[in-house]
Amino acid sequence: MNQETLKEHDVLVIGGGAAALSAAITAREQGASVLLLECSPKHFRGGNSRHTRNMRLAHETQFAPYTGAYPEKEMWENYMKATGGEGNLELAQMAVSGSASILDWMRAHGVKFQPALAGTLHLGRTNAWFLGGGKGMVNSLFRSAERLGVNVRYEAEVVGLDVRDGHFYSASVLMGGQTVTIPARAVVVAAGGFQSNLAWLRQVWGPAADNFLIRGAPFDTGTLLKILLDHGAESVGEPTQAHMVPIDARSPKFDGGIVTRLDCVTLGIVVNKNGERYYDEGEDFWPMRYAIWGRLVAQQPDQISYVFIDSKTLDRFMPSVFPPVKGNTIAEVAEQFNLPVDKVNATLDEYNRAVQPGNFDHTIQDDCKTAGLTPPKTHWALRIDQPPFYGYPLRPGLTFTYFSVKIDQRAAVLMKGGKPASNIFAAGEIMSGNILPKGYIGGFGLVIGNVFGRTAGSEAAAIARTLRKAA
Amino acid sequence: MQKELLAQGEQLMRICNSCRYCEGFCAVWRAMEYRREFPAGDLNYLANLCHDCSECYYACQYAPPHEWDINPPLTFAKIRTRSYEQYAWPRALASAFRANGMVVALVAALACVLFQFAVVVVHGVAALSTPVPGGNFYQVTSHGALVTAFGLTGLFSAVALGVGLVRFCRDIGEKLSDLFSPSNLAVTLRESLQLEYLDGGGWGCSYPGEESSPARRWFHHLTFYGFLLCFASTTVAAMYDYVFGWPAPYGYGSLPVILGILGGLGLLVGPAGLLVLKRGRNRDITDEGQVGMDTAFLVLLLLASATGLLLLLLRESSAMGTLLVVHLGIVMGLFLSMPYGKFVHGIYRFAAIAKFALERKRKQVLGA
Repeated sequence: MNQETLKEHDVLVIGGGAAALSAAITAREQGASVLLLECSPKHFRGGNSRHTRNMRLAHETQFAPYTGAYPEKEMWENYMKATGGEGNLELAQMAVSGSASILDWMRAHGVKFQPALAGTLHLGRTNAWFLGGGKGMVNSLFRSAERLGVNVRYEAEVVGLDVRDGHFYSASVLMGGQTVTIPARAVVVAAGGFQSNLAWLRQVWGPAADNFLIRGAPFDTGTLLKILLDHGAESVGEPTQAHMVPIDARSPKFDGGIVTRLDCVTLGIVVNKNGERYYDEGEDFWPMRYAIWGRLVAQQPDQISYVFIDSKTLDRFMPSVFPPVKGNTIAEVAEQFNLPVDKVNATLDEYNRAVQPGNFDHTIQDDCKTAGLTPPKTHWALRIDQPPFYGYPLRPGLTFTYFSVKIDQRAAVLMKGGKPASNIFAAGEIMSGNILPKGYIGGFGLVIGNVFGRTAGSEAAAIARTLRKAA
Repeated sequence: MQKELLAQGEQLMRICNSCRYCEGFCAVWRAMEYRREFPAGDLNYLANLCHDCSECYYACQYAPPHEWDINPPLTFAKIRTRSYEQYAWPRALASAFRANGMVVALVAALACVLFQFAVVVVHGVAALSTPVPGGNFYQVTSHGALVTAFGLTGLFSAVALGVGLVRFCRDIGEKLSDLFSPSNLAVTLRESLQLEYLDGGGWGCSYPGEESSPARRWFHHLTFYGFLLCFASTTVAAMYDYVFGWPAPYGYGSLPVILGILGGLGLLVGPAGLLVLKRGRNRDITDEGQVGMDTAFLVLLLLASATGLLLLLLRESSAMGTLLVVHLGIVMGLFLSMPYGKFVHGIYRFAAIAKFALERKRKQVLGA
């Protein structure tokens, strides 16, 4: 590739996930010439979008692929409950109302949908599911973008931006072993959070971060987030806030994705490395409590925990990617984890004695609970007494971070002092902290990505038009 | 090798079963979700249920170069080929096929052609170069020799295929009477004859490349229905002969000839299309060890229809004798190679689809 063709682009899009693609496609459809730089190899393109499977979209009536209506009002209430209303509510409102148009937009760009997967039927009403998951969606959007004439480059890592007085001039890009300067009239930064930057995580979390597993994409190192902040962009959110869930401790360090999750916490008991329980495993339904347990495990010594179940409940949750550790007694399982066996036995005995009779029903918050136990288990408390026994080791699994650059309603990056950058826009996880100060509702990240990706793409194309005319 | 492959299959299913993103694509994924353990018989069942469309490969976040190296179409293809060998009777013939399918199939066909020549030579070599008025091929080869040769090869193939089917059903733990009960057969026929699971959930399959396309399904339809029409043509002709006492050859407007022409055209276009698609297939998903066997089957089908149509066209010329001998030889070679080559995929896939239909019904009964 020669410098000449690179110079002609109106809009530079940095990133390769759903937000970047939404921006690139929108800008191209409005007549801009667009160059999209994805830092990963083609096989791993798409960032965290590769790991997704559905989007939470408001729809006032029932139609395929949904199983029922999900009014905007209800989605708004879900959002407020999950985040405590601490986000930027104007931007959140944009995302929630904008979500209604996403299904058609996606379909028009080749994305295929299907009914909710068996086993996740509770999300069939609120969320639209990609046929074959997020990678299929990413593949379709890339195909659509390239057909429209978006210029796509892989293994192109942006290492610097020339930004002066809130105006972007060019990007320094490492590609093919060379650093290339790529100018553009406007830039959309959709390069994700910093979940796979271990040094940055350590800075934020201390040594505990060394025990986190990064289930998200390994290419989200937050380079662009850092560059923008260094150039005087305003930040929003806490660096410790993230989508963090309990996953199998045997998972790979990076990129384990969906399969690493363990759904059995509500069915058993969880102990830390000292063999002690520390939180009510039956507090709420699993999808609701999923995110909380990631942080709970992160707060335990050595950031590790162990969940124990017995053969009664082994088949009551999604199969695990790694086989459970098995033993004829709890001690046999605990031994394999190098846990203090006597303590684990005592914890289990204490728990089993506290379990009250009840009618077990995993689909409702049933009346199976403990009495006189601290911490209690308030639902789905069954005695763990039927061999063989099983255990899984748990670690915090980081999907993406919320710490972000602040943006306005045009998706323009706000510089310190509150003035928007003239031609720098942001979309996706790099700005998710504006809307998600904490908490999460499933399928909302892609909504933010698409709504603000399209906004950013459109605004960037408009600025480029103006600049081109002025030149 | 076998053990390693099964371990690989079990690992694949364990990872896939904890993900399930592919559920919307085809029957394999829903069948997988009915189970938590994947012993050899179940892997063979799932591998034979797989139509090798590759939709799941392109959608997979764990596909190579991810460290988990998830490649369902390739893993299933390897397990499937092994299973063909496991069920084949006699097994040694299947091993030869797997090792070198292309050569073995062509040698078999050639041997059959030579055999037919020998029959003709015994009958009188002049028939090979003399035009026969009306194209009566019994002037070239005797009626009795034809019936005996094809009766024996046909019987042999049928027995071998039958043994394979019984072995497959035993391996996947089903009774023939359950699989092919009238109600289950109806569902199975519908899903097989439409190739319901070869369309990527409604958009066509990722074959030969990443983009969804209905091409493979249509070429397969042409091949399958072409084969069926040719089979029907022969059956009708046999009935004409034995039931009504009308001996061949038949006119262009007769039922056997019309069926034969239509079938022959299907068997020209279908296999040719499938061969072209196969050449363009992504090598990362192709089981190279199977390509020879697959290609041999398609080539034999193509040759059988090409020589058959030529024979019809030139049946009154002096080339008729030679063409007849070549055509009969190839058809015989095709029949003989059927139990050991790609043809068996149809039998095992049909039985696998039948099992999937049964499993759904059992699930419903349990749920009710």
